[in-house]
Amino acid sequence: MIVTVEMCMHCAACVGSCPKNAVFLNDTIPLFTDACNRCGRCVKVCPVGALEMEAET
Amino acid sequence: MKRKCDVLVVGGGPGGSLAARHAAEAGADVLLIEKRQEIGSPVRCAEGVSRAWFEEIKVPMDKKWIAKEVDGAKLVSPSGSSFYVDEKMAGNEVGLVLERHLFDKAMAANAARAGAEIMLKTSATGVVKEDEKVVGVTASSYGEPLAIDAKCVIAADGFESQVARWAGLDTSLKQSDITTCFQYRLTGIDIEHMYCEFFIGSAAPGGYVWVFPKDEDTANVGLGILLSQLKKPGEVKGYLDKFIKDNERFAKGQPLEAVSGAVSVSHPLDETVMDGMMLVGDAARLIDPITGGGIAHACLSGMYAGKVAAKALEANDFSKEFFQEYESLWRDRLENKLWRDWMAKEKLITITDEQFDLVIETLAEVGVDKMSVYNILKVIKEELPDLVKDFEEFI
Repeated sequence: MIVTVEMCMHCAACVGSCPKNAVFLNDTIPLFTDACNRCGRCVKVCPVGALEMEAET
Repeated sequence: MKRKCDVLVVGGGPGGSLAARHAAEAGADVLLIEKRQEIGSPVRCAEGVSRAWFEEIKVPMDKKWIAKEVDGAKLVSPSGSSFYVDEKMAGNEVGLVLERHLFDKAMAANAARAGAEIMLKTSATGVVKEDEKVVGVTASSYGEPLAIDAKCVIAADGFESQVARWAGLDTSLKQSDITTCFQYRLTGIDIEHMYCEFFIGSAAPGGYVWVFPKDEDTANVGLGILLSQLKKPGEVKGYLDKFIKDNERFAKGQPLEAVSGAVSVSHPLDETVMDGMMLVGDAARLIDPITGGGIAHACLSGMYAGKVAAKALEANDFSKEFFQEYESLWRDRLENKLWRDWMAKEKLITITDEQFDLVIETLAEVGVDKMSVYNILKVIKEELPDLVKDFEEFI
């Protein structure tokens, strides 16, 4: 997941919305664990559009 | 580093602080941890709450944390028709507009006076279990790892609700049970001094726009959109910017603060306790699914959990069975309403702008002074029978 740090409001909307509990705030910035299944929920819920799905490698 | 306590409260919002206070007042050794460096900041809230709750949670009202007192709610339809509802009838979100950053500190100070210890900049990173029983958490305090042993953990970690999930209680939400929000504190605008305003319809699909007055020309202007109704990802701020730009009362306003966040608008969980742990407030998904209001329910459930934790300490029994008393306390008080409002929310989603206009115009014509929500629904039923077929069960 790509986090645009300059846009992030540290509100944790992504954290509570994640069905896999795969996001946590490292102090203020969201970090994603391996449990992420790329469902895209966090991208959608982010009130300011700070999250973007990176291309699958 | 290692720490021990009787009752560990994770999260320094009002739910956590009330839990810490009531457990400490009854003699428990209580530790409250808060991940941020300041209690009550940053605010993630529209700050509206009804007066009636404060008696029930035994918190005397204090002007220090009240920004504005209002008489009720004003409901505005998509075309601009409106009607007013008296505070007593308007539900649990109207009456006071708080200064949350001060209210939260006052609640934490009450907990501290009762004897609770507070650690800031300390976040839980995991739950420690022994034989399926929660016995503490791992944490990070000012960047240092910290292990906390507790006889009982009260998870008050808000919308994130990670502590419960680490412990194995599933608090994850469906898309249709999440509302994503953005708000400005706008100054230099025309406000309704004595009313909290709610704009319904497609300006905020599946949710509403709120304008809650803070002083003569300043208000919290925000909106929430149901995630399942959101067309473009990451677009909530865009919806609010458009609403403000299109409304001449607000277009000239300037922002003093921007707030983002999400709230759960789900039905109650099947379980909010397990061996060694209770969930309170937003972490227990106790938000009203229609209004999105959570302060009062958080305070109430926090108070209940704190009291039950102290009793558990006395009985030296921290089992799920013992914590059933907490389940019963909040369910007896809140469960029916939460279920009813959740079902009503599911139906409200289907109402079009034209239908909202019709309903509010009808209510404005009939006159709804001092009307309860029940009476409002009755009027709608008489005047617009086709529309309320789906709502029959609530009338």
